[in-house]
Amino acid sequence: MDNPILNIVEVAKIYAGNEVLKSISLQVKEGDTVVLIGPSGTGKSTLLRCINLLTRIDRGHIYLDGNEITAPGVNENHVRQNIGMVFQDFLLFNHLNALDNVMTAPIRVKKMSAKEAREKAMYELERVGLKDKAGNYPGQLSGGQKQRVAIARALAMDPRIMLFDEPTSALDPELIGEVLEVMRKLALEGMTMVCVTHEMGFARQVATNIVFMEKGLIVEQGSPDKMFNHPEYPRTREFLWKITELYGNEKEAGKGA
Amino acid sequence: MEWLNYLVRYSDQFWSGTVLTLKLVGVGLAAGFALGLVAALLRVYGGKALHWIAIGYIELFRGTPLLVQLFLVYFGLPDMGITLDRMTAAYITLALNSGAYQAEYLRGAIQSIGSGQMMAARAIGMTRLQAIRHIILPQALRMVIPAWSNEPISLIKASAVAYLIAVPDLMNQAKIIAGRLYDPIGVYFAVALIYLVIVFILTWLLGLLERKTAIPGMEMEAQRTH
Repeated sequence: MDNPILNIVEVAKIYAGNEVLKSISLQVKEGDTVVLIGPSGTGKSTLLRCINLLTRIDRGHIYLDGNEITAPGVNENHVRQNIGMVFQDFLLFNHLNALDNVMTAPIRVKKMSAKEAREKAMYELERVGLKDKAGNYPGQLSGGQKQRVAIARALAMDPRIMLFDEPTSALDPELIGEVLEVMRKLALEGMTMVCVTHEMGFARQVATNIVFMEKGLIVEQGSPDKMFNHPEYPRTREFLWKITELYGNEKEAGKGA
Repeated sequence: MEWLNYLVRYSDQFWSGTVLTLKLVGVGLAAGFALGLVAALLRVYGGKALHWIAIGYIELFRGTPLLVQLFLVYFGLPDMGITLDRMTAAYITLALNSGAYQAEYLRGAIQSIGSGQMMAARAIGMTRLQAIRHIILPQALRMVIPAWSNEPISLIKASAVAYLIAVPDLMNQAKIIAGRLYDPIGVYFAVALIYLVIVFILTWLLGLLERKTAIPGMEMEAQRTH
């Protein structure tokens, strides 16, 4: 259990001469919920995309379960099957209903039988509380429901780890709670998660580890208690204070619980 | 309105001409669709060389008159040792020409799906090809229908050029009948009516296709743009 599921070693990413990630090293242990925070343009989303190989890194190494996934010759499609990703703008497949959205990867990628995939998909939809919406198309779902289907879609592949890229940023305030609730449940069930989010209530309650990133570097990381109550760096304190003001505190978190 | 009688008196000729015109359009449209789909996919997803080959094909056939293309295929290719009968020449020319236009309709639709859908498909472990086949194309092919509907309609009318290499299509039959009756105006009125009826029926069928393939929850959007 002490070996990290995800081990990021000195990863750098350069876009057109601009070092978006300078040198990021981060370990995520089984069952951890890591919350990445930091000002926008800091490379949090880029880091998530590097982890599931949607973006190629320029330096460093990433290991999943001890195997380097950034080594040359690694089958990226195979790697991605083990890494679930949830996007800010849901990105559900618009021509498929909720059930088919969740079923499609098990069928096409894992070559599961239709019957088996359907059962799996229904189970995942139930997990996110949307069993009764299985036949609805994305255009017939609210934003919060769309995002929960997107979570079910990622879960249907039985990933080792789930990445959330600002999953509630595109939602109306009253819909945020239902998505956070699903994420909280997943964390409690022991899913290993890396979340980019501004939801400080969620971070405080659910995170095992909060990572503060700025300008392509990790400034400071630690437990919610350490990060919120006695951070080492003034910059961490300043940022957390600002963002808690903006996005709410325990009171907000209580709403979702 | 004497010309309306021609439709009855020469119904056999008009019918055989209509069938042949529909054959030209059917083959040209279907083969053109296959060509256009390949060209569109290569233009969007192909490497540099394939991308430019697709653009070269599209611009060549959109940039020159259909009639010139037809003459080059029918009268020009024999000089290079390729002799085609007139039907084959007409089929090939219409397919190549229509394919170029269809490629552009399809490209527009594929690009309008956006890179997010591709990213989401790749993120759940699909290969690029799987993502194109199962995620991008099912959406693009629906989205393309309203714009693409121009193509069969314009092809029906464009197919009349085949008469210039003596393919016995609707236009050719009209020419023969007009010569026999010394009433070109009346006969061409009659033939215009036939083209019009075909286009009406086709427009109705395309509308039906559009409604049948609409994605639930997206109809509102479709109606708004009508």
